[in-house]
Amino acid sequence: MSEQKIIEVHGLTKKFGKLTAVDHLELNVYRGDVFGFLGPNGAGKSTTIRMLLSLVKPTSGSIQIFGKPLSRERARILRRIGAIVEKSDFYLYLSAYKNLEILARISGIAHPEKRIREILELVRLTDRAHSKVKTFSHGMKQRLGIAQALLHDPELIILDEPSTGLDPRGVKEVRDLIFRLSKEEGKTIFISSHILKEIEQVANRLLIINKGAAQVEGTVEELLNSEQLSVTFEVDSLKKALKTLEHSQWISLLESARNNRLEFKLAKKSIPELTDKLVREQVKISAIIPRRSLEDYFLKITQGDL
Amino acid sequence: MLTLIRMELLKIFKKWRTYIGFLAIAILIPIIQIATYFEGSGYLNMALQGLKQQFFFVGNLLNGYFLGNMLLNSLFVHIPFLIVLVAGDLLAGEATAGTYRIILTRPVSRFQLINAKFIAGILYTVSLLLWMALLSLGLSLVIFGSGELVVIRQKIIILAANDVLWRFALAYLYAILSMSTVMALAFLFSSLVENSIGPIIGALAVIIIFMIISVLPIHSLEAVKPFLFTNHLDKWMEFFGDPVDYPQIFKSAFVLLLHIGGFYVITLKIFTGKDILS
Repeated sequence: MSEQKIIEVHGLTKKFGKLTAVDHLELNVYRGDVFGFLGPNGAGKSTTIRMLLSLVKPTSGSIQIFGKPLSRERARILRRIGAIVEKSDFYLYLSAYKNLEILARISGIAHPEKRIREILELVRLTDRAHSKVKTFSHGMKQRLGIAQALLHDPELIILDEPSTGLDPRGVKEVRDLIFRLSKEEGKTIFISSHILKEIEQVANRLLIINKGAAQVEGTVEELLNSEQLSVTFEVDSLKKALKTLEHSQWISLLESARNNRLEFKLAKKSIPELTDKLVREQVKISAIIPRRSLEDYFLKITQGDL
Repeated sequence: MLTLIRMELLKIFKKWRTYIGFLAIAILIPIIQIATYFEGSGYLNMALQGLKQQFFFVGNLLNGYFLGNMLLNSLFVHIPFLIVLVAGDLLAGEATAGTYRIILTRPVSRFQLINAKFIAGILYTVSLLLWMALLSLGLSLVIFGSGELVVIRQKIIILAANDVLWRFALAYLYAILSMSTVMALAFLFSSLVENSIGPIIGALAVIIIFMIISVLPIHSLEAVKPFLFTNHLDKWMEFFGDPVDYPQIFKSAFVLLLHIGGFYVITLKIFTGKDILS
């Protein structure tokens, strides 16, 4: 990823009366990042996103986007951002097409017809282009939300819980779309979600926020591969492997054993030792997949264990 | 800016509630016209009874001008209800629907959005009053024809047929100013809340309270009364006086303009400083 900062946040604080929703948040998003923004409900994710989009005024702190201060260059910055903020709401009495037309025109797209058709096709709403949005299901509205966020071909895409209400196919489509936008089109994506698996699969960097303050920021790889891991060994014979480990200390670390896969809870340094033991007993290993569940990590962070 | 105004007008005129006002006028005016067609001469005779003993009236007194004036007079008090129905929804409607989130994350400033909505609200007011003019004056002229205009107020004024049309034009212009004040008030209330019922009730409550204050015979309120905008809403009637009381009209127009400006500035101040949490 590039070292060019796309979002740079310093000491960002928002107070609503006595409640501190966001507390001296520091955050950096670099060009090309898929940046995961995680936190439990009420952690301050949406307030932060609203501040990034100038919907909410910070009590203190600074936000720079594309190297420019948001407070002074708001319109120029927003021209280059597409966003979904919480659930996707539209003018229900207008068609999907009319909604997009309004948004396209106020975004400065003079002849938006072609772009609207393309974007509706992308989110599979071409057939319903002229139906009123009030007849749409939640999933369809969410897809239309993605359409409006991408309408003006933004460089930075801010997605607040984009998979909410989508069926499994829709969730996969959003994931694929994020991959494509990031890898093929070089977009920078800032995504908040409570679906941790989603973030784990798409983000390269993440920040976990709790009670308005940043808890951890780093690359997904760093955060996932520290301390204890979930390690899966793919073996040729499950029976032989289990017999080998039967009276050893390893059996107490075994989490599951099925389909020729053994899953252990291990420290990283223990992997070579266990591998060696299996190999010595003629168990053929076809793969070792170390993995740290972000969910465990996320829970620890939010419960204050870390 | 023009694009924004066009988009705001599109939103207004795609909502069914916008047409309640147009529909109400389109139903009420023909009913009054039909009733007047059959029973209007009786009403006019009753109004002119005293004069008819001393003067001899010739010509068509129950004409389109008379109806146009009578309709403006009787419906004017109800028009604010129709104005606030749409104006109260201009900002609060976006908050209710959650659509601020998709509008204000575009390269459009809150100042521009307020201006576009305010202008769209004024244009709605203008269109409603033009619709009323078309039906109350235009249709009445078609049905009843033209003639001298008899204006029945504290005294009876009879205006020549060729001396009336310009008075209607200026009266409607003034009516637009009056109703724009009502629109601006509902717009202000609309910026305060997140549902459109509040602004509608709020604006109407203020109008009713001010109207009550206007008629209360309490000495300490006398100093306030000239500044209550409700006291100036119906000054369009002055255009049908002889002579026309221009100083009074200009004074009232100034008070209304002051209110419109004040309501607009307060709305702008509230909206630009507001956190969008809906």
